[in-house]
Amino acid sequence: MRAFALPSMSLRFVPVWRRNLLVWRKLAVPSLLGNLADPLIYVLGLGYGLGSMLPQVGGVPYIAFLAAGMVCSSTMNSATFEAMYSAFSRMHVQRTWDAIMNAPLDLDDVVLAELVWAASKSVLSGAAILAVVWLLGLTHSLLSLWVLALVPLVGLAFGALALVVTAMARSYDFFMYYFTLVITPMSLLCGVFFPVDQLPAAFQAIAAFLPLTHAVAIARPLLLGEIPGHAALHVLVLLAYAAAGFYAASVLFRRRLLK
Amino acid sequence: MAVLAASALRKSYGGEEVVAGVSFGIAPGECFGLLGPNGAGKTTTLRLCLGLVDPDGGTIELMQRPVPGEARRARVRVGVVPQMDNLDPDFTVEENLLVYGRYFGLPERAIRERIPLLLEFAGLAARAASRIQTLSGGMKRRLTLARALINDPDLIFMDEPTTGLDPQARHLIWERLKQLLAQGKTIVLTTHFMEEAERLCARLAIMDRGRFITEGSPRELIARHIEPHVVEVHGDGVAGWAGGEAGALATRVEKSGDTVFCYATDPAALLASLARRPELRYLHRPADLEDVFLKLTGRELRDS
Repeated sequence: MRAFALPSMSLRFVPVWRRNLLVWRKLAVPSLLGNLADPLIYVLGLGYGLGSMLPQVGGVPYIAFLAAGMVCSSTMNSATFEAMYSAFSRMHVQRTWDAIMNAPLDLDDVVLAELVWAASKSVLSGAAILAVVWLLGLTHSLLSLWVLALVPLVGLAFGALALVVTAMARSYDFFMYYFTLVITPMSLLCGVFFPVDQLPAAFQAIAAFLPLTHAVAIARPLLLGEIPGHAALHVLVLLAYAAAGFYAASVLFRRRLLK
Repeated sequence: MAVLAASALRKSYGGEEVVAGVSFGIAPGECFGLLGPNGAGKTTTLRLCLGLVDPDGGTIELMQRPVPGEARRARVRVGVVPQMDNLDPDFTVEENLLVYGRYFGLPERAIRERIPLLLEFAGLAARAASRIQTLSGGMKRRLTLARALINDPDLIFMDEPTTGLDPQARHLIWERLKQLLAQGKTIVLTTHFMEEAERLCARLAIMDRGRFITEGSPRELIARHIEPHVVEVHGDGVAGWAGGEAGALATRVEKSGDTVFCYATDPAALLASLARRPELRYLHRPADLEDVFLKLTGRELRDS
């Protein structure tokens, strides 16, 4: 009867979100370092290494071009990782969700909490990279601070998509498919490392539908001190992915856990 | 006014009826036991009552609220001790209670005031700052019980509360449950320990293959279903004796492996017969709930 209902959205998710925050606080320093290390290696390694051999890309030094891509892709990775591995641990291994649902909270509340939490963690990642970009002097424009508003949206979109995968996962191994078949190709197709218009037309057409493309399309101009074109369209696409993913995940989790 | 009432409850999985038309009502202050072999449908019945699963048929009222429709609000007054431990491994003992109290929307101060009382009750006062991994099985169960009490519930569901515990730990849990009953709490527990049911439950139902096959107080069930005396016999030649003499002297004879169970209203003739056969060893005891249980649900293993 409630299998296909729209997820109920209420502030009841807050105590569950706070539970995850309390766990995170115990491991905050290594977690933040982990969030920073990977993208930093990319920015410095590719940016300076590869960048030294390249002429300007898109009219700017390669490392400045790459910075926007890394903000988006590390936000994507962080939300994806949290909504898959960590949420799966809480749901399936530790049975934390079962305990929560014995209290006056519903599955919808738990799923919403996981989504908002995944987005929250990804904001930390995105913001940390943005801070590094500033420290390296790769951006000087105050417009780049608007990226802080974009990052939660990117986190919601990728968190929601990852929750769909989690709802179908039988074990941790399942997540490798999603990384190999979805996340990695997306990193390569969506303008993180090079402009999308360098791709063959067919791939460009695919890229136009992928959420990361739209995230990068907003973040890059902002970091370069320009106002992004078609910003409303890009935001709408990200919102649509977040909403559709959240709905699909809610339905799939109900089918899995409330039978 | 019942705190929990179910009527004609049904639930099927993959064409198999796991709960096949169950009705019951539980009065405030009562301890109701749900007994049954593995796979009888006990846990599914509890999950239905909590609104975690939608029934295929029947109605449920929990704390006077229809379930599953208003299950979430009904659970405000309910505590649950699940079969599988699901304490938060990332937290200390104290944090587990704090975080769980927040799920009920309780004010932070009220939770913090309540935690020492609950730790005292659970015998964990000295372990407030311990990590979950350092607790013994019995401590974890006690903490799970304390967690279920964080909202001062009127009704507590316990799914096999003492499975896997050593006798000391089990007796401590029983002691605490009796205290809760003395405070006027209502308890619904599932178990397959007959001793547990006999000690705690004023009323119980034996469940098998999705149905209640009998219901009553432990004494009533024993009186209704079983002869008052049991003589367990084993030793060389027991099969021959059971097939011959015993059959005439006992009301009922059951074989299980190398042991023969003789049920009788008056055991004198049986005991006299055994006295003439020193090669047979025997144990004479009053019939108990386990005899009822085995009679009604059979002796074969339920591994599925």
